[in-house]
Amino acid sequence: MKQFKSFVIKEFCQIFRDKRTLLILLAMPLILVFLLGYAIKTEINDARIAVFDPSKDVETQRIKERFQASEYFTLAGELVEAGQINDVFKYGDIDMVLVFSGNFAEELLHGGEAAVQLIADATDPNQAAMLTGYASGVLADCQAELLEQYGVPFQIGTEIRMLYNPQSESAYNFVPGVMGLVLMLICAMMTSVAIVREKETGTMEVLLASPMKPVHIILSKMAPYFTLSVANIVTILLLAVFVMGVPVRGSLFWLAVASVLFIFVALALGLLISTLVSKQMAALLISGIGLMMPTLVFSGLIFPIESMPDALRWISNLIPARWYISAVRKIMIEGVGVQCYLEELGIIALMALVLMAAAWKNFKVRLA
Amino acid sequence: MKSVVSVQGICKSYGKVQALKELGFSVAPGELYGIIGPDGAGKTTLFRILTTLLLADAGRAEVLGLDVVKDYRAIRNRIGYMPGKFSLYQDLTVEENLHFFATVFNTTIEANYYLVEDIYKQLEPFKKRRAGKLSGGMKQKLALSCALIHKPEVLFLDEPTTGVDPVSRKEFWGMLLKLKQQGISIIVSTPYMDEATLCDRIALMQGGAFLQVDTPQAIVDRYPCTLWSVRSGQMHRLLGDLKACVGVESSFSFGTAFHVTLGNQTSPDELRAHLVALGHNAVEVEPIQPTVEDCFMLLSKNH
Repeated sequence: MKQFKSFVIKEFCQIFRDKRTLLILLAMPLILVFLLGYAIKTEINDARIAVFDPSKDVETQRIKERFQASEYFTLAGELVEAGQINDVFKYGDIDMVLVFSGNFAEELLHGGEAAVQLIADATDPNQAAMLTGYASGVLADCQAELLEQYGVPFQIGTEIRMLYNPQSESAYNFVPGVMGLVLMLICAMMTSVAIVREKETGTMEVLLASPMKPVHIILSKMAPYFTLSVANIVTILLLAVFVMGVPVRGSLFWLAVASVLFIFVALALGLLISTLVSKQMAALLISGIGLMMPTLVFSGLIFPIESMPDALRWISNLIPARWYISAVRKIMIEGVGVQCYLEELGIIALMALVLMAAAWKNFKVRLA
Repeated sequence: MKSVVSVQGICKSYGKVQALKELGFSVAPGELYGIIGPDGAGKTTLFRILTTLLLADAGRAEVLGLDVVKDYRAIRNRIGYMPGKFSLYQDLTVEENLHFFATVFNTTIEANYYLVEDIYKQLEPFKKRRAGKLSGGMKQKLALSCALIHKPEVLFLDEPTTGVDPVSRKEFWGMLLKLKQQGISIIVSTPYMDEATLCDRIALMQGGAFLQVDTPQAIVDRYPCTLWSVRSGQMHRLLGDLKACVGVESSFSFGTAFHVTLGNQTSPDELRAHLVALGHNAVEVEPIQPTVEDCFMLLSKNH
């Protein structure tokens, strides 16, 4: 026990003396939260919109001109039939489609009410929400102009449809994502680098030749990073709740359980990497490319999993962060009961067990 | 216990390279045993096998009567090991390093302070300094302190004086001799032949095998022929001329002179005359006592 304590103290000493590592450990979560929270594109310039206008009358022309005149939008093309809408999103580099009803002017002028549909690509929910918001503004301007011209309050009904991400999961999305990312980085990357550094500098040779049990070496290497991870989670949550206004609707207890389980997964991954390589650079590369990238891409942080092709979606099932982020989303944002994310928790726990066992089996009590 | 270390038929290969070839030797309790050989002789591999860090391909090795494979855990409690590469925490201070290794070995600095006192006293003024900022000699003294702090029964020192200045090297060996008096068996490797004479017994090692094992004196005494030290006013071309000379069997550069052995038919006077004829002036040919290095050169040439 004294050995263990002394080792952990030594480990903390080393972490606090390495200013660069310390900066990564403590500043990175903050930077990520602020970066993703505030620096997401909040402005729209020349968004490309396509128009499907079966009516082709004076009023639709007027609205189209309005859009064209707006600095926010550029009319990028007219669609001939409704079936093209999906295609222009997929291949046409179009951000939003404006759909008029069949007899727009007639319905508007005689019925007093006509409908416009705004279809946006919600794979980026923030941008989609913003686009439809701006477009509604333009339509409201048209309405005001009509009122002035005819003296009658015509209604242009807007119906908004989000493609690919129908719930348009809110901008809060990034908080669970950042939590997953930060834990992956700190636990897995830092642990693997810290262990491999001992190999590289030769201190592992001395430690192995000492009475210290390998299990103690591993545990005392993990303990500081476990502590730091918990501290980081708390920081991120505090920032999210009090600075960003992200709610924690569900149980804090289960959030903690999910986080601790996920930390174990990340620590085990870090340990596994450290048993496979002998150079810090290699550990950094493997955890950087092998863990960070998939976490970023497959976790749903940037691309919603719902809109991925089947093959990629299948791969994403193997990424621990995907399950963690999904669980955190359910707990924090959806605020549902534990029965709804039991599956996620179970999968994370299973991954933790398997990875721990693999790392354990792979750890060498000798040099080679 | 008859011997502290006993090794039989140890082999180890890295791919196609044979690092150790059927090595066998034993070290008596309390002995200061030197393993002398150039880089790549297999010294570090041997140390790692004995300190239970590597597994040999074949053969048996025992340390303190314990098998290095089966009883590695017990061995690790009782040995001290100082790897060739500086292996302490460079970002911890001198004091922190020593304290850390003391606790890793389940002891305290105070409990065994008497053992490291002489060495550590020299480090004391720098105890708040980071280990990475110490000079080479100081680093090695700290590493020795850390390897000693748990009062090991055997000490394995892999090239402890490589890269250390001559004064510190001398001090370091002074410390080893003191430790020997405390009854600690020491196995030390070094590429420096001059350090060999300070050992009780030495093994001359090359290419993964021991060329000869004996006391330094016995090894020197066994030198088969007379050794001549040759100097002249034209040192830079002397070696070429010596090598070209038919009567010269071997010639090696050795400090400010060449050490030369002559064939049976050639006398030193003939060599002198030969060199003078080649235009050398101030030629000196004197018989000298061979050193361990001369023995090593001769053995490795015949090997």
